[in-house]
Amino acid sequence: MKSLLSVAELDVADLDEIMRLTDQFVEVSERQIPRVPALRGRTVVSLFYEESTRTRLSFETAAKRLSADTMNFAVSTSSVKKGESLRDTVQTIEAMGVDVIIVRHPSAGVPWQVANWVDAAVVNAGDGAHEHPTQALLDCYTIRQQRGSLEGLRVAIVGDIAHSRVARSDVLAFTTLGAEVTLVAPPTLLPPSLAGWPVMVNNDLDDVLPKADIVYLLRMQLERQHEALLPSLREYTARYGLTRDRARLLADDALVMHPGPMNRGVEIAAEVANRPNSVITRQVANGVAVRMAVLFLLAGANPRDHIVGDPNG
Amino acid sequence: MAERERAATPPYGGVFVARTQVMDASDLRRAIVRIAHEIIERNHGLDNVVVIGLQTGGVPIAGRLAGALKEVDGAEVPVGSLDVALYRDDIGLRPVLPEAVTDIPFDLSGRIAVLVDDVLFTGRTVRAALDALTTFGRPRAVQLAVIVDRGHRELPIRPDYVGKNLPTRRDEMVDVREDGVDLGVVE
Repeated sequence: MKSLLSVAELDVADLDEIMRLTDQFVEVSERQIPRVPALRGRTVVSLFYEESTRTRLSFETAAKRLSADTMNFAVSTSSVKKGESLRDTVQTIEAMGVDVIIVRHPSAGVPWQVANWVDAAVVNAGDGAHEHPTQALLDCYTIRQQRGSLEGLRVAIVGDIAHSRVARSDVLAFTTLGAEVTLVAPPTLLPPSLAGWPVMVNNDLDDVLPKADIVYLLRMQLERQHEALLPSLREYTARYGLTRDRARLLADDALVMHPGPMNRGVEIAAEVANRPNSVITRQVANGVAVRMAVLFLLAGANPRDHIVGDPNG
Repeated sequence: MAERERAATPPYGGVFVARTQVMDASDLRRAIVRIAHEIIERNHGLDNVVVIGLQTGGVPIAGRLAGALKEVDGAEVPVGSLDVALYRDDIGLRPVLPEAVTDIPFDLSGRIAVLVDDVLFTGRTVRAALDALTTFGRPRAVQLAVIVDRGHRELPIRPDYVGKNLPTRRDEMVDVREDGVDLGVVE
């Protein structure tokens, strides 16, 4: 694995390897001193053209727990403000000697472009409404941790599918691992075409909930919605929000997931987010371990061509 | 048990071909019992002694050693396992993947930690293990027990307890299994 750009590049064996490696890093994270020297001397830079709390901190924590050096790039305080192009910025960063570049950008496809320009490994940390592979990996890991496997599980992904990179990556990852995915959303929040998506669609949440093993709620991405796609947020909540009353329709062992940040009271009621089967904070905790696994695979596990040494040592 | 070494050494994915048996099942059992006696003798009993097997080859040996210690002295010693892949100094030189669990469910501070491995070769695994142990506390002493010391050390590391000293060529490989030890080559 040279870069992690899309879940579509990963097959079952790749996903299994990442999950297995994540087990190791969960154990490391539980130690008194949660740090291993695996990536000592490697540099990981995060290049975020969009705001983010959990993904950026999660990658940064992961890199630090592997003893890598981290550099942070925030658009608001950089030369991007002076009009520097993406390509120049990326090449400037690479010239400083980095091993992994973590990219988040509001336009789909940017991580591919960056990967073409540099020798460093590139991780897609979210490109527009396209993909967010590490989120899908941590979601898979969280489900596996709770249920052992995704094979045959029924997953309902609810909400703003059209603008959600999480939904795209999750659909690919969940179905690759054998889960059955149903999208639940008002027609205006579904992509124009679902041709080729291995999913079912249902507009009635109440019909889906009793049969679901997992309900995955998406954040209402108000910042990406430029037209009137919904009559009102209240109406959305009434039909598609996981309210307290609606949560009673769920099976007792059904898991509630959310990629964060939550709009409590919109897609999820506050008390539902705190119920025992809600694994939302578990997702965050697992996010660090999954990202350690990804960084280790990209920067540590494979021999680097330019180092010559005695492989017998 | 040489699986891991084989996977990580050129020719990658080669097949181990045994040439000579160097220990049979009873030789191996006697060596483990003798090492148990030596551990008890050296440490004047088993107070504060813990046994830590290095993944993957050392773990079954550590289990058998703990069994032998119990038979000889009657005391139950805590047993842990340690995967040192993340501490190796050759990450980036060869494919290194942690493949087994690290499980040290006790604080090492003040204890005597006996590291157990199947084969001692360059010493680099042991160096990595010494590094890894520091994250689990500060042991009073660390000792090293191996079934086979095959020489070719690249670091100033020596074992405290040895099942068998076995001079080898660098390109040979030692395979320690439950029922004995073979010397051979990877083809």
